[in-house]
Amino acid sequence: MSGWRGRTADDRLTGWGVDRITVRYRATRALDGVSLGVGEGAVTAVVGADGAGKTTLLRALVGAVRPVSGRVRRPDKRRTGYVSAGPGVYGDLTVNENLSFVARAYGVSGAAGRRRIEELLEATELVAARGRLVGLLSGGMRQKLALAMAIVHRPELLVLDEPTTGVDPVSRAELWRLIGELAADGTAIALATTYVDEAERAASVLVLLRGRTLASGTPDSIVSAVPGELYGLAAASRNPLAWRRAGAWRQWSPDGSAPPGARLIDPDLEDALVIAQLEVEAGTGANGEVAA
Amino acid sequence: MTLMETRAVSRRFGRQLVIDSVDLGVAEGEVVGLLGANGAGKTTLIRMALGLLRPSGGTVTLFDREPSRETRFRLGYVPQSLGLYLDLTVGENLSFAARAFGRRFDPESLEPELHAVTGVLVRNLPLGLRRRIAFAAALAHDPELLVLDEPTSGVEPLARARLWETIRAAAERGVGVLATTHHMSEASECDRLVVMVAGRVVARGSSEQIIGGMRTVAVSAASWEGAFRALDAAGLPVALVGRSLRVPDRSVAEVDERLRAAGVEARLDVVPATFDEAFVTIAQREQP
Repeated sequence: MSGWRGRTADDRLTGWGVDRITVRYRATRALDGVSLGVGEGAVTAVVGADGAGKTTLLRALVGAVRPVSGRVRRPDKRRTGYVSAGPGVYGDLTVNENLSFVARAYGVSGAAGRRRIEELLEATELVAARGRLVGLLSGGMRQKLALAMAIVHRPELLVLDEPTTGVDPVSRAELWRLIGELAADGTAIALATTYVDEAERAASVLVLLRGRTLASGTPDSIVSAVPGELYGLAAASRNPLAWRRAGAWRQWSPDGSAPPGARLIDPDLEDALVIAQLEVEAGTGANGEVAA
Repeated sequence: MTLMETRAVSRRFGRQLVIDSVDLGVAEGEVVGLLGANGAGKTTLIRMALGLLRPSGGTVTLFDREPSRETRFRLGYVPQSLGLYLDLTVGENLSFAARAFGRRFDPESLEPELHAVTGVLVRNLPLGLRRRIAFAAALAHDPELLVLDEPTSGVEPLARARLWETIRAAAERGVGVLATTHHMSEASECDRLVVMVAGRVVARGSSEQIIGGMRTVAVSAASWEGAFRALDAAGLPVALVGRSLRVPDRSVAEVDERLRAAGVEARLDVVPATFDEAFVTIAQREQP
């Protein structure tokens, strides 16, 4: 797409991201001192539940929301691509019309524009659907179109807000193939997801819980930073530090001591995120109610 | 005992055959996961299983009889949109749900975390808690069969684990559960899985059985970008994971050949496929 720049692994920081930003919506603090770095030729995942602040963070990164404090480092709007969590496509236009509308808005017109649209239709396997009304496409096809529209102008920074939510696993695999192609060509990609298995595919991860950073780093570094030990239990447990996973019970032991009859297990990213949240909730006694 | 059973059930919409001769059963105390790509027919099948839609062919039985108003009273259903009233409190929602089935709502029967928020408007609660309340509402009339459409979408891992504890607790009391999910990592929470593609069942069994012996080639290269482009251009199903790659259901020889042809050096390891990889491979193979 924009052509691989041939840089080495140590030289890939784009310098884009946000530093300790806080965003308020009236009295609500949507983000509280959150930092995120987005590397060139890499996927950075922002993970969290609905309402955790993922959208606000990505909107701040593309300049659509102004933080009350902190710094945002982003390229010019013409070098940024953004797919919002909403539809982001025109349902009453055809696939072709959606693409040419956006191409013209970015000044990609004439023969170059037509070539670019062909290239994108092929990459997203939407060639056969080019004349169809977008409102009649499946969710997976619509998301692929939204992605194609966001990269018409070959942005250096691509920001995707939950591109795979509600998308079936097959379309999700196709979207990830496209994301891989863009990263391989050097695009810096930040994407939000509620799926932990998608976060595991990212080069680095930022986990948000109610507007705050719960964990950040590479998936491996988040897992190796888990405090205490994780145990597999022989039977169900009512212990608040125990939870059920894959048909068996696990328990986090902050001081490392083993519950009776338990065996030590290696945590993965999903375990690490459960433990991080247990640690926060043990500290605050939060009952889950959103602060007004 | 089998609570719900479809036998060779089919459904047409106009000329289109949306469900093609599907057998599906849910027994007492078991959790059955229904998986499929969009358009596979999961929702149509669920609507028939609930007795909301008549089959074009085959039979649906609920509690050994034809679906009726009486069988509806023995079913609990949590749609993806949850069906809660945002402007009512948790207590009001649960009381309304119980009364619709001629029951009384007893706040003391709630888990402590839900009991603590009975006076709070549903609007002011996070999604994870709303989902648990929707479960409590669906369980308020002691249904024997629980049907859940994407029960954990949009919640964080801890809330998801808590939701599955609630689902399993119901199953341990003997409730049969039919759940759809897009979360492949959740497949292992189900006792049994049914995979649908284009209106047909294409695989059944536990997640291990469905993975079968499927293998994935894990690729580590100094330049993952070069390896990715080479494999992608060759049409292999390559996926980026961190800074390494995975190619499910292909031989080491094939991957090696493609990489050599492109002049890319890499280390190849054969590892077991994940359920997600097996599912996508099967779905793509079976897609007409």
